[in-house]
Amino acid sequence: MTTKMFGEPIVRREDPRLLRGDGRYLDDLGHDALAAAFVRSPHAHARILDIDVGAALDVDGLVAIYTYEDLPDRLAEPLPLLIPHPALTHGRTSHVLANEVVRHVGEPIVMVVATDRYVAEDAAQLIQVHYEPLPLVVGLETALEARDLVHDDVPGNVAARLVQRTGDTAGAIAAAPHTLEFRLDFERSACMPLEGKGVYARWDAADESLRVYSSTQTSTSVRTAVAAKLDLAPTQVEVIAPDVGGGFGVKIMHPWPEEVLVPWAARLLNREVKWTEDRREHFISSAHERGQVQFVKVGFDDSGRVLGLDVTMLHDNGAYTPYGVIVPINASTQLLGPYKIPVYRCEVVCLYTNTLIVTPYRGAGRPQGVFCMERTLDRIAAHLDLDRADVRAVNLIQPDEFPYDQGLMFQDGRPLIYDSGDYPQLLDKLKNLIGWDSFPAERERAAAEGRRIGIGMGLYVEGTGAGPYEGGHVEVDSKGRVHVSTGLTSQGQGHQTVFAQIVATELGVPIEDVHVTTGDTRRFKYAVGTFASRAAVMSGNAIALAARNLRTKALRIAGEALEADPQDLEITDGIVHVRGNPTASIPLKTVAVLSNPLRYAFDEESRAATQFTIGGSDDKPPVADGEEPGLEGKDYYSPIRSTFAAGAHAAVVEVDPDTYEIAILRYAVVHDCGKVINPRIVEGQIHGGVAQGIGGALYERMAYDEHGQLLNASFMDFLMPYATEIPHIETDHLETASPLNPLGIKGAGEAGVIPVSAVIAGAIEDAEGLVIDAMPISPDQLFERRNARQSNEDHR
Amino acid sequence: MAEELYEIELSVNGVPQSASAPARRLLSDFLRHDLGLTGTHVGCEHGVCGCCTVLLDGEPVRSCLIFAVSVRGRDLTTVEGLSGADGSLSPVQQAFQECHGLQCGFCTPGFLCTVTAFLRDNPSPSQEEVLEGISGNLCRCTGYQNIVKAVHRAAELS
Amino acid sequence: MKPAAFDYHAPATLEEALADLAMAGADGKVLAGGQSLIPLLNMRLAAPGHLVDINGVAGLDSITVTPEGVRVGALARHAAVLADDEVAGAQPLLRMALRHVAHPVIRNRGTAVGSLVHADPAAELPAVLALLGGTVEVASANGRREVPAGEFFVGPLESALATSEMAVSAFFPALPRRAGTAFAEVTRRHGDYALVGAGAVVVLDDDHRITGARVGYLSVAGTPLVLDLTKAAGQGDWAAAAEHARDLVEPEGDIHAGAGYRRELVHVLTERVLRDAAKAGGFGG
Repeated sequence: MTTKMFGEPIVRREDPRLLRGDGRYLDDLGHDALAAAFVRSPHAHARILDIDVGAALDVDGLVAIYTYEDLPDRLAEPLPLLIPHPALTHGRTSHVLANEVVRHVGEPIVMVVATDRYVAEDAAQLIQVHYEPLPLVVGLETALEARDLVHDDVPGNVAARLVQRTGDTAGAIAAAPHTLEFRLDFERSACMPLEGKGVYARWDAADESLRVYSSTQTSTSVRTAVAAKLDLAPTQVEVIAPDVGGGFGVKIMHPWPEEVLVPWAARLLNREVKWTEDRREHFISSAHERGQVQFVKVGFDDSGRVLGLDVTMLHDNGAYTPYGVIVPINASTQLLGPYKIPVYRCEVVCLYTNTLIVTPYRGAGRPQGVFCMERTLDRIAAHLDLDRADVRAVNLIQPDEFPYDQGLMFQDGRPLIYDSGDYPQLLDKLKNLIGWDSFPAERERAAAEGRRIGIGMGLYVEGTGAGPYEGGHVEVDSKGRVHVSTGLTSQGQGHQTVFAQIVATELGVPIEDVHVTTGDTRRFKYAVGTFASRAAVMSGNAIALAARNLRTKALRIAGEALEADPQDLEITDGIVHVRGNPTASIPLKTVAVLSNPLRYAFDEESRAATQFTIGGSDDKPPVADGEEPGLEGKDYYSPIRSTFAAGAHAAVVEVDPDTYEIAILRYAVVHDCGKVINPRIVEGQIHGGVAQGIGGALYERMAYDEHGQLLNASFMDFLMPYATEIPHIETDHLETASPLNPLGIKGAGEAGVIPVSAVIAGAIEDAEGLVIDAMPISPDQLFERRNARQSNEDHR
Repeated sequence: MAEELYEIELSVNGVPQSASAPARRLLSDFLRHDLGLTGTHVGCEHGVCGCCTVLLDGEPVRSCLIFAVSVRGRDLTTVEGLSGADGSLSPVQQAFQECHGLQCGFCTPGFLCTVTAFLRDNPSPSQEEVLEGISGNLCRCTGYQNIVKAVHRAAELS
Repeated sequence: MKPAAFDYHAPATLEEALADLAMAGADGKVLAGGQSLIPLLNMRLAAPGHLVDINGVAGLDSITVTPEGVRVGALARHAAVLADDEVAGAQPLLRMALRHVAHPVIRNRGTAVGSLVHADPAAELPAVLALLGGTVEVASANGRREVPAGEFFVGPLESALATSEMAVSAFFPALPRRAGTAFAEVTRRHGDYALVGAGAVVVLDDDHRITGARVGYLSVAGTPLVLDLTKAAGQGDWAAAAEHARDLVEPEGDIHAGAGYRRELVHVLTERVLRDAAKAGGFGG
């Protein structure tokens, strides 16, 4: 008896293989491939005077060395600027191998190909590059000052100036009973998946075809980019994302220089070539995110209702802008969260610095925006001596106000209109879960024991399921196996399980018979990619629609075979039968055989199918007009706009009065991602996001010195949390279905990380009575702040 | 001048294996590339992330911080050796699946080896002991919640 | 991040190892646990031409406990020393400090002597050796010498080992009869290098009066710092001793913690470990 799979917390289908060590990650492939390594710039800004490869040529096992001069025209052009925007007036991208000027430590200059990675690194080490160091720009304020330029032709180091406004904020703030003005600082962090990037390419000279494996979040877009750069037709290129050991955003950026160079070298050398990024490379030549400075002005009334909000953000892009200004757009639009802000203006100044590029990292700008809004509300509450939850409540969009138009343009190019939600209920559930109202008494009790504890909260809204589309294909074969494919990719989200759950539910087949392939252009070639918490919404719906198409066709054919009305038919456990009459039945696999009228009976299944006849008469063709052979369904889902998930987090922290060490005693999450396909998988996504959020709140930052050197380019000094740093995470949920898609789902991938810094900052403020306006915050910084306050008090 | 090669023989998952490799070949690379056992993963090559953890004579070690040539003649267990010959999952592997203790799976082999040895030595660990036991392995996907649950569950199943 | 090539030596005896080191001269490095050395090699921050792998030398992994103290051989792994109950009985400070060395898996391979030779000012064992007034037995093809801790740690990541010398064992004096020890450190994450760490030995006389209070610190200077706080501590004025220590130290800041915070941690941890060590030694009841 088929159970409805949608909504069930079943165990994952991909796990046994991974648990046995049978994963196929990028470096597991291409056993015989040549290895690539790179000479990367040790300088943050320099002119390349000369590249001397002489000493490397004697290295035993060296195969080739390439510099910019070796590149053919298409490859020698700058990398594409993926997402143009009218405000991005001075977008700049790099070259796959540096041409004349390097603008950040880690920029690739020379590619070495050798028999293995050890040898390739030997050769790379012997290559001598002579540089003329140039004045450099590190830090947002230095960039703004613009005494020196990252790009000679970008005045003021300004890549873009983005302004969104819904009215006259200056007027609204001036007229408000209360105003506050302050600055907030948010440090850089990075995705840091445990598997770095990697590319493995095979050129088939006889076929003139290229197969590329890349640890990417978008195999379809890498295919287009590689084909364009190598002057091949897309049909000559296939790109496959194998098992991917985490992405979190850094692998949606494409094409990386290596994604283009490695296939090019494979073709040139007519050999398989592979590049596996090592950890140091990942630190200095992939991407970072999060660094911002924010200047906030807010006007509000006696109840804490915001009357006007004006924010200027300085956004650090790093040295280039290949991904455009998506992160600042998200930051400036999602800042509004679940609140009604009558008049809002946000100006983001996107600046270049001689540091690593900035492209999306889980949350993709939303953490910075939410930090701003939530800290503002906390300050309002402090100013008015009101409960911080009450100040939030008074600003919330109400359940009867949907769809709610914020009056801004979102990252998907569509208006920022929230489709559904119940924010007051989210807040109430959170308060219950964390014990918000009873906390002040707990704080008192702790204080009597000499302990400092505090509580904080943060709410957010997350636009998910951004378009333009995703597609799904479902096919039943003659053995009854159901093959599902979609073009976007997987990095641990359990797609092989959740998409199978959808199809098993839609078709009425045992889930054991359903096999899902993602991220393989050989199987599905139109797709956008996995990012912005869109996979379940986009591919989930497309796959559901495709399955429905297949079901319709299956019932039509079965109806003919059983001489029954398709409307009277059901599919249970892979058998099509008349409702209420299990004996009048035909297995789905037999329907699959019947759907493909062939002369030849290949196997048992096709022989068995001959007992049924379909196709009415001699004057109709075996394959009717508009029909195709086979039992397949294909469809696309293209939304009118994003659907908005939401959540509320709270935390209780304790600060050691002597050592300033910060411990998180409790962490609670209430989230709403609409209908849930697999609750366990959603919860896992939230856990992972919260952990990254805690990393960003307390431990992670990119420590650049004034020479543009990354001082903590290793796991020893870039502090990602271990299990000992992450508390137990308590979760509760809410379901406000999305009216925008057939399955009613909203995305959940980024939910966990978005408000964490705001929540922790609020809790530490509550514990310490100190203003926290910069994240991450370390014990050392708390010490400095408490001392500064102490000496201020001493001076009074 | 080609590098000197060493004939490196050791026992992996109970099976004698040998391949020739230079002295500087890290054990992680030797297992993955010279022996074709790609279940052990490489995340940092400086001993911090734990993805490369294998068992050396039953004790967990970082294979990225050992030269293969240093462990000639020794007994190694990798993730491939944790499941039964018939492919059946060990109690630890079973527990990880039951508890959704993996997402992308990249850190998982390192955790499985670490936890297998840990539970052998601590069959009924307290919550603090579990956290201490897994405190040297990084995971970026799961937030550790379900990994901790999996360790407790594995203790039950063993 | 793959290491550069090196000539590899796998001696079977100590004599062979010393001969290999003599031949390699300044271009030679001993490979024992490798947990500090191999990351440097992988990052190509070091590229010795010769690596002398002593993992095959029999007898170097001994751990010997006598009434005088604990002697650990060059191949005694952190984990083995940590687990040894006799060691913990003779000198409790070793187990207390070893619990904080890296993570359990690193301790399975890394060696105590290796940690001493690596001489990282942020490491636990050099501070313990210095506090206890231990020694390191150093050998070369030309003979042996016993180097006191005070002379062994020359600078950050620099020990007193001369070219072609290797450390064969280290000696940690036993805890005196009426004495107590304690250890504490503050790290960013569990298992990280300490921002500041402190070990204390408090010695009492037969009347349970304090006759000695010494604290050894890690991460406050380029080498382990040992302060004799007996006078300041008097008969249990730990706060005064801690303030005195705070005023004496001149730590440096780095990306993880500033000098001011480190100084304050010296203040806090000094009081803590002195109080705990005294209590363990039977002071105050």
